[in-house]
Amino acid sequence: MNFLKNLFKHPGRSTVIAVPFLWLTFAFLIPFLIVLRISFTDLDSSDGNPFGTLMTVVDGVITLKVKIANYLFIAQDELYALTYLNSIKFAAITAALCLAIGYPFAYFMARARPAVRPVLLMLVMMPFWTSFLLRIYAWKGILANNGILNSFLIDIGVITEPLHLMNTQFSLIIGMVYAYLPFMILPLYANLVKMDVRFIEAAADLGATPWQTFWRVTVPLSKSGIIAGTMLVFIPAVGEYVIPELLGGPETLMIGRQLWDEFFTNNDWPLASSVTVVVILLILVPMAIFNKYQAEQEARK
Amino acid sequence: MTIERAAEPFLLIKNLVKEFDGVRAVNDVSVAINKGEIFALLGSSGCGKSTLLRMLAGFETPTSGAITLAGQDIVSVPPYQRPINMMFQSYALFPHLSVWDNIAFGLRRDGLPKDEIAARVEKMLSLVQLTDYAKRKPHQLSGGQQQRVALARSLAKRPQLLLLDEPLGALDKKLRERTQMELVSIIEEVGVTCVMVTHDQDEAMSMATRIAVMSAGRILQVGAPDEIYETPNCRFVADFIGSVNLFNGSVAEDEADHVVIDSLEGKHYVTHGITGTLGMPVSVAVRPEKIAVQAEAPTREQRAKAAEHGYNCVEGVITGISYFGNETSYHITLGSGMVLKASRTNVARHDDAALKRDQRVVAWWDGADVVVLTS
Repeated sequence: MNFLKNLFKHPGRSTVIAVPFLWLTFAFLIPFLIVLRISFTDLDSSDGNPFGTLMTVVDGVITLKVKIANYLFIAQDELYALTYLNSIKFAAITAALCLAIGYPFAYFMARARPAVRPVLLMLVMMPFWTSFLLRIYAWKGILANNGILNSFLIDIGVITEPLHLMNTQFSLIIGMVYAYLPFMILPLYANLVKMDVRFIEAAADLGATPWQTFWRVTVPLSKSGIIAGTMLVFIPAVGEYVIPELLGGPETLMIGRQLWDEFFTNNDWPLASSVTVVVILLILVPMAIFNKYQAEQEARK
Repeated sequence: MTIERAAEPFLLIKNLVKEFDGVRAVNDVSVAINKGEIFALLGSSGCGKSTLLRMLAGFETPTSGAITLAGQDIVSVPPYQRPINMMFQSYALFPHLSVWDNIAFGLRRDGLPKDEIAARVEKMLSLVQLTDYAKRKPHQLSGGQQQRVALARSLAKRPQLLLLDEPLGALDKKLRERTQMELVSIIEEVGVTCVMVTHDQDEAMSMATRIAVMSAGRILQVGAPDEIYETPNCRFVADFIGSVNLFNGSVAEDEADHVVIDSLEGKHYVTHGITGTLGMPVSVAVRPEKIAVQAEAPTREQRAKAAEHGYNCVEGVITGISYFGNETSYHITLGSGMVLKASRTNVARHDDAALKRDQRVVAWWDGADVVVLTS
């Protein structure tokens, strides 16, 4: 009641809030509920229609049929556990490598002369001007047995036989790190560029070597940037489909690929939906809680 | 040999120059600072005082010149190896560390044993009276408390030289006055040599043993606060420190014990000699509080004290009165168009002979209270 009262009391404010509110409702909440709904459908009793009714009224008896077999199947089948773990593993490796490469990158961008910073920022975002698919495909040309890298190494005589790089964990991780690096650099840069140089000078003044200053002052002060960047890389990397499909191999089965197979090869929408729901519950919900906790800690400052 | 060493100043800055893109921020500065001194670099923003301080701390490399601390050249020593600590403007306390960890930061970098660090931090906390706040984060403290943490942090390593960058700039006026005293007594208790930078002349005057007035990258005058105030060596210093009336004129009479200066406003009798020639253009500087203002002409006795008849005495009209409580400041427009500033301490609560706006008055002063400026 209070909510409604406020709604009409401040029409302008309500309109402004309504836009993101409606967007989140229609673009995230409702689709998720639909997916959740599909995951409970029993295809056998609904003639293969994933939207088949769950509730039937026969002779005055309401029958609610909720099929949880998909969830049980996911819980019991080793393949799914393995795929989930694989996804988390590759996403974690990607995030860690992006952080290791992106941090110095962002650091030097933030410490560059103010006049050159926009240029450097532009260079980081430049790859986005080319199609994502094309960029990933290009790595095939580089890493293939008769690709650029192998030809070059053979030409300069480092190796005689081409290295098998494509469709391995190596090629997958290269592709993932390459594609997600800007998402790590941008929040880190935004954080580091705001950092007061006086903190670094104060540390040096108190006897900290540049290396100690970096670990004791710069890194702790950029914690929120590190968390934001890691989230931005890790979360989409867990569900990544295109890169494992193009650059990955048999041992790099990830959850995105599994989803695709269930949806389009097996046409088993309920199972695919269950896989999605499990991803959200297992990975995204804990992260959202962690994020909220972090934000609360920041707010207390 | 020993005598020579004792005479050697503790901190010696020699012909120091710092250029940024060809512009000289610090221009050939030489100054010697003694052990135990509180030395203030005073100047308006952009005068080079902060650059000079940053060169002492090691954050800027001099273009040329030398800095010697206790006989050792420190120009090529990186900041983290200098026995110098700085209290930063607005403190730069590490926001992710508690008060305790902020103070311990420098001690930990020295690799001191844990119990020694604890003992020193505790001592520092009690010195600045913040023992109860050890666990707080900097953002949970008031401005005055943060200032004390910053001081404790910069003193914890027992530096040979303490640098203060606008130490009280972030505090409000009332708190500043109290903190000035506190800061000086702590520095004196520790006995550290101190160089401070400030644009606030009150801060410099009340805290420093000696002041260097800087302008456009150069030091114009170095001296104790009263020297700087009472015997400024140039127009800039006279005008920068406190407020002053400057009469432009030329030397009309030049004797060993007195000079007479001719100006548009009248003749000035000065009871000290100057090095100059007849006809040389000079300025006569008189502080407002040295000027007596009254409605009637000065009596014979007053005149005898001031100077000969007709000297150091001007007539004008009061065109502005500012009441400050402890004193009242008058703006007196003279016949030449010059506006003379004079102030009078309000000794009595009610002044029956209070001067009014638009009143014709006579202003006069003693020939001994005047400084002749040749540059």
